[in-house]
Amino acid sequence: MKIELVVNGVRYSREVPPNQRLLDFLREDLGLKGTKYGCDQGECGACSVILNGEIVTSCIILMAQLPPQSDVLTIEGEDQILQLLQTTFSEQGAAQCGACTPGMIMAATALLMKNIKANQDEIEEGLCGVLCRCTGYTKIYEAVKAAQRRLGE
Amino acid sequence: MAVGKRLQRKDARIKVTGKAPYAYDLEFADEQYLDIIRSPFAHAKIKEIKIDKEKLKTLGVVVGTAADIPGKNILHVILDDWPLLAEKKVNHVGEPVMILVSSSRERNEEARKFVNIEYEKLPTVFDPVEAKDHPTIHIFGTNNVCSYWQQKKGDIKNGFKESDIIIENEYRLPAQEHAYIETQGCIAVPQGHDSITVYGSMQCPFYVQRCVAEILGMDWSKVNIIQTTTGGAFGGKEDVPNQIGSLAAFGAWLVKKPVKFLLSREEDIETTSKRHPAVVRYKTGITNDGMLKAVQVEVFLNTGAYSTLAPAVLYRAAMHAVGPYRCENVDVQAYAVTTNLVPFGAFRGFGSPQVIFPAEEQMDRAAEVLDIDPSDFREMHLLHVGDTTTFGQKLTQSVGLEKTLKKAREQSDWYNKRKPSPSIKQILEDQKHGKYLRKGIGISTIFYGCFLGAAGKIMSRTGAYVQIEPDGSVRFAVGTTEMGQGMITVLSQIVADELGIEYDKVHMTPVDTSRVPDSGPTVASRATIMSGRALQDACKQLRTLIYQKITEKFSVNIEDLEIKGQKIYQKSSQKVIISVLEAIKFTYQERGRVAVSGWDVAPSTYFDNEKGQGDAYSAYAFCTNIVEVEVDTETGIVNVLDIWAAHDVGKAINPQTLEGQIEGGALQGLGYGRYEQIIFTPEGSILSNNFGTYLIPTTKDTPRIHSIIIEDPWSEGPYGAKGIGEQPIMGIAPAVTNAIANAVGIRLNEIPATPERVWVALQKKIQEDI
Repeated sequence: MKIELVVNGVRYSREVPPNQRLLDFLREDLGLKGTKYGCDQGECGACSVILNGEIVTSCIILMAQLPPQSDVLTIEGEDQILQLLQTTFSEQGAAQCGACTPGMIMAATALLMKNIKANQDEIEEGLCGVLCRCTGYTKIYEAVKAAQRRLGE
Repeated sequence: MAVGKRLQRKDARIKVTGKAPYAYDLEFADEQYLDIIRSPFAHAKIKEIKIDKEKLKTLGVVVGTAADIPGKNILHVILDDWPLLAEKKVNHVGEPVMILVSSSRERNEEARKFVNIEYEKLPTVFDPVEAKDHPTIHIFGTNNVCSYWQQKKGDIKNGFKESDIIIENEYRLPAQEHAYIETQGCIAVPQGHDSITVYGSMQCPFYVQRCVAEILGMDWSKVNIIQTTTGGAFGGKEDVPNQIGSLAAFGAWLVKKPVKFLLSREEDIETTSKRHPAVVRYKTGITNDGMLKAVQVEVFLNTGAYSTLAPAVLYRAAMHAVGPYRCENVDVQAYAVTTNLVPFGAFRGFGSPQVIFPAEEQMDRAAEVLDIDPSDFREMHLLHVGDTTTFGQKLTQSVGLEKTLKKAREQSDWYNKRKPSPSIKQILEDQKHGKYLRKGIGISTIFYGCFLGAAGKIMSRTGAYVQIEPDGSVRFAVGTTEMGQGMITVLSQIVADELGIEYDKVHMTPVDTSRVPDSGPTVASRATIMSGRALQDACKQLRTLIYQKITEKFSVNIEDLEIKGQKIYQKSSQKVIISVLEAIKFTYQERGRVAVSGWDVAPSTYFDNEKGQGDAYSAYAFCTNIVEVEVDTETGIVNVLDIWAAHDVGKAINPQTLEGQIEGGALQGLGYGRYEQIIFTPEGSILSNNFGTYLIPTTKDTPRIHSIIIEDPWSEGPYGAKGIGEQPIMGIAPAVTNAIANAVGIRLNEIPATPERVWVALQKKIQEDI
């Protein structure tokens, strides 16, 4: 099937198998390997990307399911909130092994895009779809809060 | 100074931008894919393997069985009982029998139709107590016991005779899945049959090097292992990559092309190692005035189908079975027993969490019987400098245990929060008034034998390579690995200070077995300390080389030189001679030697298993955990509110990465105590094979975690450090269950403390008490 979509601000028009997963389209067809594989079942959140403003697990989205003219933001994107979170995650030591980090940063980006003043409960709710096995989430909260402070300035 | 500062991780930027290359991100020209045909049975004879060679040829799929292995069909870990591919018999569900290699996984899937393996089922055993000395089922030797360690002190019989109260319980511990977010994977790239390079996610490249060389019958010096960015390991990538890397290498040897072997999440959970399940029988004798008189422990570690790391894991279980206390009469008998489950292995804590849960439960139950505050009861028996451990090792320095207890107690406001446990009558009365939530607070104190100890003495050495560049930057290489814990960062800090160079100018090259000699495994919290010591050795040599050149030019005495900040000083006059950067440039101009190798052998340890006594480890780290919970008496749901984790680490080289270890380890420990358990079917396969059925803590399950750092330096460690990988996980589970006991007055002999278990225990207590 033919598909038109925008990924990280770039327009693509491609022929793809309808059962291709968005994860594989991003990684294999576009070479955007920052979106990570983790479980194939939408449970770990490592493959999270922002699709039309919503956080989704790209391993369980088929290309045929994408609404027309979809807009996808991945860890390689150039969004202001995303890039600020990349900085605060680095500063706060919020990335350890790094395997969940792109997915976690995308979830945090989606959260702050919608709710810049998210409180602790809302941060927990916003990030609960991404599993991290290294950090105990503590430094991740600090990174999100550091980004909120800078966005508020 | 870089050491002691919260400097940004070296690998932060590459990870937050998604640019870090994990095994599954690598691509090679003409790469092939490997899949495995695995045993569907827990125990069976392989009667016949039928292969439709014509069909497979048409499909373009190459198969390999044990008979095709060019070298030895053994994955060396310790006891050499683990084959790469099963030959005559399979011993667990999921055991690899054949490999399939082709240009696509779809072809491999199709090929399964043209292979038929005929099995004859054999009787099975899954419980370690049952498997020990089993009359008919023999998985390892004649009694299935693949390892035995003991601790002995004083006279155990007399100890119990002199006790007024004896507390005796049997505890059961589950298998815990590592759940690293990046699954296992290796890629083998052959140069014909001449040599091979294996890339992959791993903790211990030198293990993989040996296995690949032995499987292929190739000289070790022709086998090169390169670690890729490793997305979490926690022990799960200690010995398992021996298998993953060797399977990929065998496939690559067959097809003479690059071969990728990447595991799906389900395949990873179903077929790779986990924390050993265990049965622990624990008997504690105390006097009415609160003396710990006697401790007797029997440990049955379930190793699964192959021994793999069990002898080493069991050693740690045996040494940690009593805890950081003074006790005169001790008897620990520990057995590792093979069964027909997946081979279990290393997991952060390495056999110690299985004994620490029982040990710290027993300490709490003893305090309860004596009606002494459990923190005070522990304090009465804690080890101090000059004391001797229950296995007879005199502690001569760096014992910050009491400080951890006092700090954790103070910061958690322990004495104010600790209330007597409610009676069942009180709980039922409160329920009538709609009050279901009850708070409780619990404690555990632990010690940790740092590094490999006497059981791993042979592997306890490390290499390092340091090279200065003409621009004043430094590259270094070590044989230990980064898997997320922050090793690259802290080692860079050490090198920066040793040479007087800015942290930003120090860079580690990826771990590659051709760069430094076998440096042992990256386990046992040893990387910072042991690679740190080897780097200190290398940097000392480099300083001398630079000083020699300076001495020639400035006519100063070599003994009179020192590096402070980024300058070389004359000690006697305290004058700056030259900046380090200029000195390096000068050394290059003078064609001086600019690269050195460092080497380190860990301080000596020994253990006499006949006597059950010895200097088991080089050093000890200490920790007190305090946990506050809220228990719903109607549903059994336990909500963990706060964890205070106080750790004596000797020295915090980087407090930020150190806190990261404490916070992450604490949450894994909470998972072990509260949520996580692998569920096996009655046939021995794994039911909880994904994150929908095997639950690990999410943001919603995470309490506030308060890291408390105590620095009681160890004179042998770099800058006084003792390491921090394992300790954070070790004592959380009993602190949680002790808090539950405080909240609602029930005791659990089994973890995790699921709502069902807590609810059932409460109902039982209601029936008993009313």
